Amino acid sequence: MILTQAWFLVLSAMLFSIGLVGMLIRRNPLIMFMCIELMLNAVNLTFVTFSTSLRDMSGQTAVFFTLVVAAAEAVVGLSLVVMLYRRKPDITVDDLTDLKG
Amino acid sequence: MLDLIVFLISAAIVIAGALGVILSRNPVRAALSLIASFFAMAVLFVMQGAHFLSLVQVVVYAGAIVVLFLFVIMLLGVDEVEDLNTEPIMGQRFFSVLAGIGFFVLVCAGLFASGSFDRSSEFEDIGPVALSGEFENSPALEDESNISSLAYYLFTDNLLAFQATALLLTVVTLGAVILVKDSGAEEDLVGDD
Repeated sequence: MILTQAWFLVLSAMLFSIGLVGMLIRRNPLIMFMCIELMLNAVNLTFVTFSTSLRDMSGQTAVFFTLVVAAAEAVVGLSLVVMLYRRKPDITVDDLTDLKG
Repeated sequence: MLDLIVFLISAAIVIAGALGVILSRNPVRAALSLIASFFAMAVLFVMQGAHFLSLVQVVVYAGAIVVLFLFVIMLLGVDEVEDLNTEPIMGQRFFSVLAGIGFFVLVCAGLFASGSFDRSSEFEDIGPVALSGEFENSPALEDESNISSLAYYLFTDNLLAFQATALLLTVVTLGAVILVKDSGAEEDLVGDD
């Protein structure tokens, strides 16, 4: 058994689908955020795998930018969560129905 | 052989951490499982020669983002357990798990169809190639370290994206401060002349 790129790609797919299931099941906004980070990590792993497999540095630069954007998104998302919690403690995403027609 | 063992151990920790995130009732436990997952992911990055990225993964993801999560959890006091058994739409949990498994099977089928499972040549010398930094398709820097190659491409081909992310970080910092600022506190900031 030799380690090939397929091993890494299957692991990445598994991690992404676990993040996807978590996003669909959980109602706490903080945990849903963590599932987003899981999905982003799965994509980062795919990028790095292809970078090594195709001998191209573009994969790793893409991961660099993805990391920066994920950090920025986490900051803004958490500030939004803080504002939501100020309005009503113990809020879940099911309670956010203000835009419901 | 050794790389296979390292891969299997790291992959097990990544999956266990991910399952811990989605199955924990306590948000603090979910954050700690996420940290475990990130550390194992950093090991996987090092295996493939992305040394700088594994460092940044540990420092930024595990060390800043998850700590930010924990700060928010601590300050808002949301470590009460969440009821995992209620579902807003009937059958939501079952269909979610079905969707997740279906997506995974679809991706694996795509990998099989594209021949990834047969392709072994690019990865067989993963160790020596990764350590030497020889990337034939990125020919600017050969026999250089990973961080030199990455820096070369960041500052020449991707310079615009690099500056854009710098601008993005500034805007996000400003935005976060504005969003969370309590508007009623403005009177306190204005001193009496």
